Amino acid sequence: MSTIVYKKTKALNDTQFHYCPGCTHGIIHKLIGESLVELGVLGEAIGVASVGCSALCYKYFNCDVQQAAHGRAPAVATGIKRVRPENVVFTLQGDGDLASIGAAEIVHAAHRGEKITTIFVNNAIYGMTGGQMAPTTLIGQKATTAPEGRTEEHSGKPLKIAEMLATIDGAKYVERVSVHNPAAVRKAKKAIKRAFQCQLEGKGFAIVEVLSTCPTNWGMTPVNALGWVESDMIPYYPLGNLRDFEEAK
Amino acid sequence: MAKGLVTFNEDICKGCELCVAVCPKKIIELDQSKINAKGFHPAHVVNMDECIACGNCAIMCPDSVITVEKL
Ligand SMILES: Cc1ncc(C[n+]2csc(CCOP(=O)(O)OP(=O)(O)O)c2C)c(N)n1
Ligand code: SF4
Ligand code: SF4
Ligand code: SF4
Repeated sequence: MSTIVYKKTKALNDTQFHYCPGCTHGIIHKLIGESLVELGVLGEAIGVASVGCSALCYKYFNCDVQQAAHGRAPAVATGIKRVRPENVVFTLQGDGDLASIGAAEIVHAAHRGEKITTIFVNNAIYGMTGGQMAPTTLIGQKATTAPEGRTEEHSGKPLKIAEMLATIDGAKYVERVSVHNPAAVRKAKKAIKRAFQCQLEGKGFAIVEVLSTCPTNWGMTPVNALGWVESDMIPYYPLGNLRDFEEAK
Repeated sequence: MAKGLVTFNEDICKGCELCVAVCPKKIIELDQSKINAKGFHPAHVVNMDECIACGNCAIMCPDSVITVEKL
């Protein structure tokens, strides 16, 4: 008798991902799907997609997904959750979307304590549009709009979204994770599940920032991109829990 | 005796080698003798006998190509 150690989650359908080879957007989709299934809420889940490479995620999830205008996913999710409080509502947003054009929406969704769950994919660049600098691009990192690399003098230091949102009272669960190796992926899944649990218990806003790769626009092989997350991203964006609803007041 | 059985949905593999990189037994390779419909050499296990069914390869595969069973 054999037992299944791993097979594709039933939260994802058979449509093939359009993501580039080795892009960790795919791993993050799997973790969201697995979490919804394990919590028994896939049938009640409603996703809100952002603008960026994951805009097309509605094609892949076996739950309803609404696509929002650039940066506005938290506002759309707010509307859905307030009208349908019995549903489990999440946003899936990139760093160009959430940390740049959508900075106001995410801050105020957290500030109002909206009972939604945000999965924030930080790949330190605008992926979909071909590699422009994001607020999260590291110092020295090259982008099409910073061909010599980002400098603090010109663009300031990269924005630490998880730390910033953790200062807001309505944000009851805030954690930064990564998916650069199997152990990190296992931890990331625990955090995503807990961020949904925060919503299920009606505690308030929850966000998981996931350090992710963009091998195509970083100009690296997928495997080297995982290495760069560990060597360059994690030292600036430390992993760990910043707020948990058990202790948040 | 093999402890694990790893199967690949070869048609949708993108040859990214994340599974290759994280296998503790180093038994996964891209199969240079095949090209799938997407134009990639799909990943495969070269020595199933050494597989310990840890699941690392499947956890890291962004495209859900891999199923792992423990025997
Ligand atoms: C109002 C508006 N401004 C700009 C764009 C162009 N645009 C599309 S995706 C994107 C950035 C996406 O980057 P990110 O959120 O980091 O997602 P990724 O593609 O890296 O996953 C931009 C600026 C747009 N679609 N709409
Ligand atoms: S452009 Fe970057 S973020 Fe977008 S799918 Fe390709 S690797 Fe992923
Ligand atoms: S299950 Fe573990 S040992 Fe077996 S092929 Fe996958 S990574 Fe290698
Ligand atoms: S991780 Fe998945 S897509 Fe990438 S080479 Fe391995 S099986 Fe293929």
